[in-house]
Amino acid sequence: MMNELIFFFNKVIVSGAVLGSVYALGAVGVTLIFGILRFAHFAHGDMMTLGAFVAFVLAAIASAMGISTFWPTGFIVLPFAMLITAGLALGIDRTFYQPLREKGVKSVTLLIASIGVTLMIQGLIRLFGGVQTRSFFENEPKELFRFDMSWLGSSRSINISEPQMLLIAVTVIAVVALHFFLTRSRLGKGMRAMADNPSLALVSGINTNQVVRATWIIAGSLAAMAGTMLALDVILKPDLAFNIVLPIFAAAIVGGLGQAYGAIAGGFLIGFAETMSVFNWAIMLRPFRDNLPEWLPNDLSIVPTEYKLTVAFVILVVVLLVRPTGIFKGASS
Amino acid sequence: MSLLEVKDVHGGYGGAPILNGVNMSINKEDVGVIVGPNGAGKSTTLKAIFGLLEVTDGSIQLEGKEIANMQADKLVPLGLGFVPQEFNVFTTMSVHENLEMGAYIRRDDFSDTLTSIYDMFPPLKEKRKQNAGELSGGQRQMVAMGRALMSQPKLLLLDEPSAGLSPRYMMEIFETVVNINKAGVGILMVEQNARQALEFATKGFVLASGKNRFTGTGRELLDDPEVARSFLGG
Repeated sequence: MMNELIFFFNKVIVSGAVLGSVYALGAVGVTLIFGILRFAHFAHGDMMTLGAFVAFVLAAIASAMGISTFWPTGFIVLPFAMLITAGLALGIDRTFYQPLREKGVKSVTLLIASIGVTLMIQGLIRLFGGVQTRSFFENEPKELFRFDMSWLGSSRSINISEPQMLLIAVTVIAVVALHFFLTRSRLGKGMRAMADNPSLALVSGINTNQVVRATWIIAGSLAAMAGTMLALDVILKPDLAFNIVLPIFAAAIVGGLGQAYGAIAGGFLIGFAETMSVFNWAIMLRPFRDNLPEWLPNDLSIVPTEYKLTVAFVILVVVLLVRPTGIFKGASS
Repeated sequence: MSLLEVKDVHGGYGGAPILNGVNMSINKEDVGVIVGPNGAGKSTTLKAIFGLLEVTDGSIQLEGKEIANMQADKLVPLGLGFVPQEFNVFTTMSVHENLEMGAYIRRDDFSDTLTSIYDMFPPLKEKRKQNAGELSGGQRQMVAMGRALMSQPKLLLLDEPSAGLSPRYMMEIFETVVNINKAGVGILMVEQNARQALEFATKGFVLASGKNRFTGTGRELLDDPEVARSFLGG
C-alpha cells in the first residue's frame, strides 16, 4: 500500500504543487493588473515566456563568463531576469496601454491591445530565438532529489527535481513578501485602495501613476519568476506559457478578480485539480486487486492527460455558478 | 485674500455645460452651504473645484493660486479635502487603513492626527480593525470625514454628508462639521436638508440651472421669502 501512496504523492501532490505555483505566480499578476487597470491582460503568458528567455540569455552570458555554482545558473540569474522583465513590462505599458488609458478607452479595447502585445512578443521571441526548444541544463546536471521512504515500508522514493524544489520555495517567499507588501507598506496599501475604489484613491491624494508602475513591476517580475522556473523544470520554448495562459486566467477568476490571495488559492486549486483528474486512480486499488471485480478497467483517471486543460474550465464554470464573484469576493465585471 | 475664490465658473462633462457661472468665496472661518433643486449643479460645483470635471471658463483660486483643472491628487497636498457622497470609504480595508490612506501624502508622523480623529469619532476607535464595508451608514460617513481630515486640509468639501442618515445622525454630523470648522478648517458643503444646514451656515449659496440665484449668510437666505418659497418648500 505504501508504494501506491508514494506514487500518488509524486504524481499528484508534488506535480500539483509545482503546477499550482506556476499558476499562482501568473494569476497574481493577472489579478493585480485587473484590480488596478481594469482589464484582462492577455499578454501575461508571453510576459512569462519573455522573462524565461531573458533568464536564458543571462544564464548563457554567465556561463560564458565561467560562472558556475552549486545552484542552477538559470536560478542564479533569476533576480536580474526579474528586474529586466519588470522594466520591459513598464516599457510595454508606457508604449501601448498608457496612451490608450489616457484616451479613456473601454476595457475591451485594452484587452484587444494586449492580444496584439501577445503576438508581438511571440514574433520577437521567434525572430531572435528561433522556434526550437532549449534546455537550461545543457552544460550542467539537473539534480533529482530522491527521498528514501523505506522507513515507511516503501520501495519507492519521493522524487523532486532541484528546479521543482526551488520553484515551490520561491513561490512561498514571493507570496509571503507580497502579503507584507500589501498589508504593511504605504504603497501596497495604496494599491489595495486603488483596486477597491479608484476615484476615492485619487481624491485621497494617492499617486495613481506610481501605483500603476508598482503593479507592472510586481506583475512583470513575478511573471519572469514563474516563466524561468517553469522553463527550468520542463524546457524553454517560444510557446512556453502561452499554453497555460487560460488556466492562469481561470485561477485568477476562480479566486475572485482583483484578489491577490484569491489568485494564489485559485492557482493551487486548479493545479491540484489538474493533477488529480489525470491521475490513474486504478493504481490506488492495486493492493486490493484480488478482490476487485473483473470488469473494472485498468485506467480510472478522470480525464486523459491531453484534456488536462479542460479541468480548469470545469472548475471555473462550477465556481462561477455557485459564487459568481469567485472564492474571495472579487470584481464582478 | 480668501481661502477659496470661485469666479464665474463654467463647465461640464464634455456634453452640454452644467455650470453656467458659479461664484463663491469661502474664508477659513466660514461654513459655506450650497443648496438648490436637483440638477442645479451643486455636486458638480464641488467636483469642478476638485478637478473631477472640466472647467471651461472662469477661475478657481485656493489662497490666490489658480487650481482650475488641476488633478485631484495634486490638490490634496495644497490643502483641499473632499468627502464624496457615495462610495466614500474603501470597503475592503479596515477603518484604520482607511484613515491611513487619507494621510497618504504625508511623510511626517501622523499619529497625533489619528488620535484626534479617534477622539472626534469614538465609535471608529472601537472598530478600527473592522472593514469599513461592514459599518453602518453613519459610521461610514465618520470614516469618510476622518479620512479626508487626515491630510490636514485647509478647506474641506463635503457632498451631502447627511444623505441617507437618520435625523439623529444628521444632527451629529452637522455638529461635527461645525466643530471641524471651529478647529480652523474652512467648510464648503452641499446639503439636501437645506433648512437645518442654513441654520449654521455663515455663507449660503442657492444654485439653479448651474448659476447663483441667491447668495448671503445662512440666516439671510432663511429669512428671504422668495428663497423660502422657491427653494425651501415654503
